[in-house]
Amino acid sequence: MIGDGSIDRLRREGRIVIVGASLAGLRAAETLREKGFTGSLTVIGDEPHPPYDRPPLSKQVLLGKAAPEHTTLPRRLDVDAHWRLGHAATGLDMAARRVRLADGDEVEYDRLLIATGVRARPWPVEAEAGLDGVFVLRTRDDATRLHRRLTEETRRVLVIGAGFTGSEIASACRERDLPVTVAERGSSPLVGALGGVIGEVARQMHLDAGVDLRCGVMVTALEGDTAGRVRSAVLSDGGTIDTDVVVVSLGATRNTEWLAGSGLGAGPRGIACDAGCRAFDVRGIVTDDVFVAGDVARAPHPLFGYQFLSLEHWGNAVAQAEIAAHNMISHATDRIPHLWVPAFWSSQFGVNIKSVGVPALGEEILVTQGSLADRRFTAVYGHQGRVIGAVTFDHGRWLPFYQELIERTAPFPPPFPTLDRRADGRGPVPAEFPDPSVPTHGPTVTVSGYSPADRRITFTPGRA
Amino acid sequence: MTDTSLFQQITDYANRADPYPLYTELRKSPVHRDETGVYVVGGYHDILSLLHDPRISSDARNRAEQPGGSALPGEEDEGDGVLPPTFLRLDPPEHDRLRAITNRPFGPPHSPRRIDGMRGELRTIVTDLIDHLDGGDGTLDVVEQFSYPFPVTVICRLLGIPRADESRFHSWADTLVSTLDPRPDVDTAERVRIAQQARLELGMYLNALLDERRKKPGDDMLSHLVAGNAPEGRMSGMEVLATAALLLIAGHETTVNLITNGMLTLLRHPEILERLREDPRLAVPLVEELLRFEPPVQMLPNRSPIADIELHGVTVPKGSPLCLVVASGNRDPARFEDPDRFDPDRRDVQHLGLGSGVHSCFGAPLARLEAQLALAELARRLEAPRLLEDPPPYRQNAVLRGPRHLRIAVDGVRP
Ligand SMILES: Cc1cc2nc3c(=O)[nH]c(=O)nc-3n(C[C@H](O)[C@H](O)[C@H](O)COP(=O)(O)OP(=O)(O)OC[C@H]3O[C@@H](n4cnc5c(N)ncnc54)[C@H](O)[C@@H]3O)c2cc1C
Repeated sequence: MIGDGSIDRLRREGRIVIVGASLAGLRAAETLREKGFTGSLTVIGDEPHPPYDRPPLSKQVLLGKAAPEHTTLPRRLDVDAHWRLGHAATGLDMAARRVRLADGDEVEYDRLLIATGVRARPWPVEAEAGLDGVFVLRTRDDATRLHRRLTEETRRVLVIGAGFTGSEIASACRERDLPVTVAERGSSPLVGALGGVIGEVARQMHLDAGVDLRCGVMVTALEGDTAGRVRSAVLSDGGTIDTDVVVVSLGATRNTEWLAGSGLGAGPRGIACDAGCRAFDVRGIVTDDVFVAGDVARAPHPLFGYQFLSLEHWGNAVAQAEIAAHNMISHATDRIPHLWVPAFWSSQFGVNIKSVGVPALGEEILVTQGSLADRRFTAVYGHQGRVIGAVTFDHGRWLPFYQELIERTAPFPPPFPTLDRRADGRGPVPAEFPDPSVPTHGPTVTVSGYSPADRRITFTPGRA
Repeated sequence: MTDTSLFQQITDYANRADPYPLYTELRKSPVHRDETGVYVVGGYHDILSLLHDPRISSDARNRAEQPGGSALPGEEDEGDGVLPPTFLRLDPPEHDRLRAITNRPFGPPHSPRRIDGMRGELRTIVTDLIDHLDGGDGTLDVVEQFSYPFPVTVICRLLGIPRADESRFHSWADTLVSTLDPRPDVDTAERVRIAQQARLELGMYLNALLDERRKKPGDDMLSHLVAGNAPEGRMSGMEVLATAALLLIAGHETTVNLITNGMLTLLRHPEILERLREDPRLAVPLVEELLRFEPPVQMLPNRSPIADIELHGVTVPKGSPLCLVVASGNRDPARFEDPDRFDPDRRDVQHLGLGSGVHSCFGAPLARLEAQLALAELARRLEAPRLLEDPPPYRQNAVLRGPRHLRIAVDGVRP
């Protein structure tokens, strides 16, 4: 069989190129070697640093508990790769199987993995974004700069956007006793990811920590002094904030521009791929030699109605990288799907937050254990009569159970009692997402099995 | 039916030395209903799920009375009605509150260096004990001369029991432990009486000590427990007493077995003993594998569901006693490759030896460190150790399983 022989040759002496030298890129490289790939491996990254970890940047690093340069990711093994760090990939020729680099060089591949992730969305007004004292936080260099500025004299920090990263930054500032204002367009922090019920808990956390929290407002302008240093911010409610450090935390933009015109299905929402991490071309046809993993990927998940999900989650980057690496060097029949249930963690204001599933798809929420008032609880999200997500505040040990409910498409509200069910958990209430998306698929698929190799999906057409 | 007698075979003393073939039998079906009404689970993945299942209670009050009123093995020591239940036998939120208060002076985030800070002291205790090991005739009993006194001394230091009182403490602990280990030749009523006496004396002693700590606090755990300045609130006097007694018993009872099982396993695998002698760093992965291979707590017998739950088509009714055989899960071939092989180089060793979920072993960091130091040092200093009896005599208890004695011969003790 032709196909089989060529895979064997690929594993032995093929050329694999990975673009994006961060979490997904490194884990994929390691997995390739672990799975016996002995050919040539090139890893291209535009940052000058060897792969490092981002979650500590908004936590330990801002607190001064870890130096930015001490966030380098631990290596599972020596991957024996040709590292081309500090070199951006600028183009892709799919027909000739070549990646173009900024310095004009070209690298040929038999298999390509794209793991270029996302970058921080900058402040939209360029002149204002360029003011001294205006920061974003995505890279190690960003963290170094911001941390240095926070250790200098700072009157007040303004964080724009109270998602996970913005809230973590505000938390770190308060822990360092810096005055901080948070401006959030939504009705409460974290409302987009977790809804208004949990957002209210987050709001109290900000207030208790002494954050000057302004919700339901937008920053409309940043103003600087003659020396080009930021001095104040104007709010949509007419107020102004005197500030000398502004951290823009308005989410991320996918790093796909370099693929423009390549014929790959890459756009502002990421690179679409199948459940086996194979990229789609612009015609919607799946490729056989281009794979995608991590924050830049957008993959359909059978558990969530085959919707294409883009996840900016650490665990997702690792899981996808391992699956992409496996599939790149496997026969068609040995490929495995990425059926990982989304999971995320954050730590802020001394609370450990974890979620599984896709809470944002939930219409209703039920506190099943603990209590919102204590900020120690588990809450589940319901979507069309099934459990679709769960979140815990300092209650992470229970999460595996709820993940199983999501995998089994268990009914919502769960029909059984649970330990530590309190008054707030008597019945489900609206989850209060600002803009509920209501997909129409019913529960048609369940996931079972434990190791990636025996993960199975069961298709259940038309539930009675 | 073999199903019904299987659990009795497991708890039968005759099978204590090697229960593992019975566990293999147990795993053939996901849930065994024993004729005494106990539901027994032995598969790794099922146990792990149940340990994270918020419908599974550890509180005896959630258990329906069993017709025969039969206590599960390991339960005999519980419920004397004098002290309130410890967090071991409570559900959240009470469990979380008591455990959090107890954890403050013990571990991270509030006392991250407490355990590691004891490393030097632990090493001194180990060295002292080994210095005195020389049995004269070249034989010794690892249990009596080492793996028992070591953790008791440690827990005394941690709690803040004055050195001068340690020997009294040892003898109470001794008595209580021996009552967990019923011997056919000792009259039951007499045993109960002796145990109650010891418990009473221990309680009075602790009470007096706690009073002292209230007046003059130190940096020990007892002082922190009585100080009651945790944001989680303060423990009542009875709760402090119950917690102190729990720490004492649970704090050494399991470690004795961990160290003894470890030494036994090493003596059965001389090549690994030799590797450990040459490289004490092997102790870290070795203890992890040990917790998988020969866990000191073989099963968690005190659970029961607060709702009917379904497990692979079997319904476990609300209130029924549920026993999770973690030692069986640890040898489940569906989870571990070649599970009956002791292999300290195993990479993925997420065992159930310290439990999982909210009740996962409170003392784990201390137990690990004690076992690592103890085994590495025994390996280094004992000259040509060999077993005099294999299998050694075991203690009665099927839950807290370990040899009662571990008699070995040595050519000498290295300095
Ligand atoms: C401050 C912060 C805190 C976080 N905290 C958490 C958390 O608590 N929990 C959690 O689950 N997740 C967290 N995350 C998210 C997590 O870090 C990401 O999901 C993860 O880094 C994704 O890895 P990745 O490899 O897909 O992408 P990235 O880490 O974004 O890496 C992509 C790499 O590709 C490079 N690149 C881009 N374009 C090119 C090009 N054309 N040529 C060459 N190289 C290119 C980029 O510079 C970058 O180095 C956090 C992220 C940040 C920024």
